[in-house]
Amino acid sequence: MLRISQELADRIVAHARADHPDEACGVIAGPVGSDRPERFIQMENAERSPTFYRFDSMEQLRVWREMDDRDEEPVVIYHSHTATEAYPSRTDISYASEPNAHYVLVSTRDEVDVEFRSYRIADGVVTEEEVTFVK
Amino acid sequence: MAIEVRIPTILRSYTDGAKAVEGKGGTLEELIGDLEVRHPGLRDRLVEQGALRRFVNVYLNDEDVRFLGGLETPVADGDTVTVLPAVAGGAR
Repeated sequence: MLRISQELADRIVAHARADHPDEACGVIAGPVGSDRPERFIQMENAERSPTFYRFDSMEQLRVWREMDDRDEEPVVIYHSHTATEAYPSRTDISYASEPNAHYVLVSTRDEVDVEFRSYRIADGVVTEEEVTFVK
Repeated sequence: MAIEVRIPTILRSYTDGAKAVEGKGGTLEELIGDLEVRHPGLRDRLVEQGALRRFVNVYLNDEDVRFLGGLETPVADGDTVTVLPAVAGGAR
């Protein structure tokens, strides 16, 4: 299960809305082993594409080092789908590389409603999990 | 002195859980070959058909080796090599 503050969830959705129709992506860091998403880090989608995302490699190095220095890890890795449902695609599954992370997907295909879902992706297996929004 | 290689979580099964290992070589390719001796299987996760895998980022100190010369990039004692799987995906 993913427990995430409503504020952080809102920031993910706001980022996804702002970058629509391109996919938006980012990380929420938290203390190693805590499973608590705390520090919101909006990342650049180096692909600037409506159907693909990739973290900029230099930005990723900087952010991953910073997390290392602060004893944090990527608790949430999020991205948006802008014309399809918030479910991991084959591409998402084949590139998933953080077995401990919650993979959050939001879909901005509807202008009003937003889908917000979370998954574990490890060894090519997708498991959807419940999301609890807390204050 | 040696070259420090920082290993991401997903590849630590090849290094007995170690976050960093040491190796030697004059180029990135030689360094990876040296690591392969002690950590069999690691090379395959980094290299495919004689080039770095597309969705693995390898950095020499602060630079992405793609902009330096890929596997031919010269490395030396005291350098730090960092491996990070690219974070990528999308609806396509």
